[in-house]
Amino acid sequence: MSAVTAEPRDIEQIPGYNEQIVRWFTLATVVWAIFGFAAGLFIALQLAFPSLNFGEYASFGRLRPLHVSGVVFAFAGNALIATSLYVVQRTCQTGLWGGRQLAILLFFGYQAFLVIAFTGYPMGITQSKEYAEPEWYADILLLVVWVVYLCIFTGTLIRRREPHIYVANWFYLAFIITVTVLHIINNLSMPVSWAGTKSYSQFGGVQDALIQWWYGHNMIGFFLTAGFIGIMYYFVPKQAGRPIYSYRLSIVHFWALIFLYIWAGPHHLHYSALPDWAQTLGVAFSIMLWIPSWGGMINGIMTLSGAWGKLRTDPILRFLVVAVAFYGMATFEGPLMSIKSVNALSHYTDWTVGHVHSGALGWVAFMIFGAVYYLVPRLWRTQLWSIRLVEWHFWIATIAIVLYITSMWVAGIAQGLMWRAYDQFGFLQYSFADSVAMLHPYYLVRALGGALYLLGGLLMAFNVLMTILRSQNQTRAGALLPATQH
Amino acid sequence: MSAPERDPLTGQLTTGHEWDGIKELRTPIPNWWIVTFVVTWVFAIGYLVLFPSFATTRDFAPGVLGWSSSGQLKKAINAAGDAQAAWRTQLQETPLDKIEADDQLRRFAVAGGLAAFNENCAACHGVGAGGQIGQFPALVDDDWLWGGTIADIYQTIQHGVRDANPDSRQSEMPAFADILSAEEIAATTEFVLSLAQDSQRQTRSDLPGAAIFAENCASCHGDQGQGNPELGAPKLNDAIWLYGGSKDAIAQQIAAPRMGEMPSWGQRLDDVTVRMLAVYVHTLGGGER
Repeated sequence: MSAVTAEPRDIEQIPGYNEQIVRWFTLATVVWAIFGFAAGLFIALQLAFPSLNFGEYASFGRLRPLHVSGVVFAFAGNALIATSLYVVQRTCQTGLWGGRQLAILLFFGYQAFLVIAFTGYPMGITQSKEYAEPEWYADILLLVVWVVYLCIFTGTLIRRREPHIYVANWFYLAFIITVTVLHIINNLSMPVSWAGTKSYSQFGGVQDALIQWWYGHNMIGFFLTAGFIGIMYYFVPKQAGRPIYSYRLSIVHFWALIFLYIWAGPHHLHYSALPDWAQTLGVAFSIMLWIPSWGGMINGIMTLSGAWGKLRTDPILRFLVVAVAFYGMATFEGPLMSIKSVNALSHYTDWTVGHVHSGALGWVAFMIFGAVYYLVPRLWRTQLWSIRLVEWHFWIATIAIVLYITSMWVAGIAQGLMWRAYDQFGFLQYSFADSVAMLHPYYLVRALGGALYLLGGLLMAFNVLMTILRSQNQTRAGALLPATQH
Repeated sequence: MSAPERDPLTGQLTTGHEWDGIKELRTPIPNWWIVTFVVTWVFAIGYLVLFPSFATTRDFAPGVLGWSSSGQLKKAINAAGDAQAAWRTQLQETPLDKIEADDQLRRFAVAGGLAAFNENCAACHGVGAGGQIGQFPALVDDDWLWGGTIADIYQTIQHGVRDANPDSRQSEMPAFADILSAEEIAATTEFVLSLAQDSQRQTRSDLPGAAIFAENCASCHGDQGQGNPELGAPKLNDAIWLYGGSKDAIAQQIAAPRMGEMPSWGQRLDDVTVRMLAVYVHTLGGGER
């Protein structure tokens, strides 16, 4: 049996499964990937070449949320919904609760939210909160759509035809529930008028900041971590053709992760107006979070026990496993950066940007690439158009990540050191503008990394397109065949 | 649900559950994982004991180290202040025009002046003090609107230019659009342009604008356009034009002049810092004795 091509059992049409909606969300994932990566490349170039800030509507500040929301909500969000709806049906042996119509409502509702939120950013419509930029009207739409998602997912779990709930679904459910709570609380605000876009937050000052970073940190913790561990728990064992390494570890690291993540947000507000005791709490929980995160990494990587050789021949499995390795790296770096004395050097520098992207490019996106390459041939009942192209995508994207994160580490640490450099008399050695000028070559390397990453994304989109076209040709040929025989 | 079976590759038993072909092994949790987890808890609890933590609605435990972020800042500022105290006292007590003669003191003042300049002045005058055309004067040349001795520079920084502070440099050029006709302004512009042309030294008094200049402008800018730092009247007989040296720009400046403002930095910075800034600017290249 080959792990690269779809097994006959996977390809089999299972009555009652809604695969149409998974196909749509998978396509949306690929389309939004290109959008999000391209936006990222453009704003990276704007930082390297400020003259690329074309007027009010195409300035860095207006376009940056397009990139961040584009990759978080659009690319990763669609991938989470696509994989969760696929996984929950297969591991529960039942179709989606709520039927076809509700699933279609979920798809169009979510894409409508994205378009409504994104069109506002260049016009300056924003709540100015990280990952929570959309204004009140888009927030309400997302809440409705998200509750529909929660109902579909939970309803399907309830009517499962398996005695137990698979671990991937614990993580998916934790992600969906927590994001609902985070979204509601951080977006509590009063619109200035029902006909206007502007609203004011329910919270003010440092309380607003703390709630925002409780939200922001747990969007990483649940949207980009718990949900993606859910993806890992299905696609790694499937692609490797191996059982999960340890059931007990999956239980312990699940509860440890869920309990500890929610408290770590204050580490985003070190040396700020937030009371010192709250900052200390953020450090303590961040440190304790390190090993539960590594529990997920161990369970993902060690699932390959006895099947390591497959990494050599199967680039799809390599995407999935390298993703888990990046997860391990980023979740060690995070607790390290949360310690106050380290944070004093790293905060407000590009080191933070590098850290986020080692998680985003390495963990989140590689996990999605692996899942997309797994799903597309199975959803369209054919074989992947080119495994060679997947191999190319893997290496181009890996080099891109190395360029991106090493340049940002060096740039960030250099920034931190320049800001605290004193001359022999105890005066600041560099002005802020000196540190900005220093960044230029690193910004060029970062943009090159971004360009390679976008190139990899385009290869994936092309491969997916060709696979679907091949599937349609096969279907047509298959349909014609009896006629010609006749 | 199937019965537990033994995985041939690892020798571990499965749990007996299966979902869509996925099984799970009963591998025990690695010991190092548990031990490291406990170590992080010990570290975290130690951190909570050392630093401010355990808050109630009224108070919090200050921590064994007695550390606070505001305390750390205060300590760092005090330590830096102590290290510079001797230099600062010397800088305060030395007369302005004697500072540069003491090599060590000059170096201290220039280093401090550079840091303070980059933080406070560079936003307008530019890093390196090259100024911005049409906005803010360059400080690296020997053209001084309000005088280029160290005392002049100190005075300008301390009290500002056209600031509300009573000791501020004050002057205002009238808008000659209300006084002269358009033809007269054009003629004056031609004359002003000739002031920097050495070739016109003999002939420029024949220009129609010469008389208008003598009557309206020379009292402040000087009969040869040499300027007057007492009044902040710029030199007109050089190639340096803050608001542009084209015919149009000069005519515009005569008709409705633009005049810069600078805040009184003595109200924002301590006197030693203003002295350091004066020394720094004075040593940039154009300082007058």
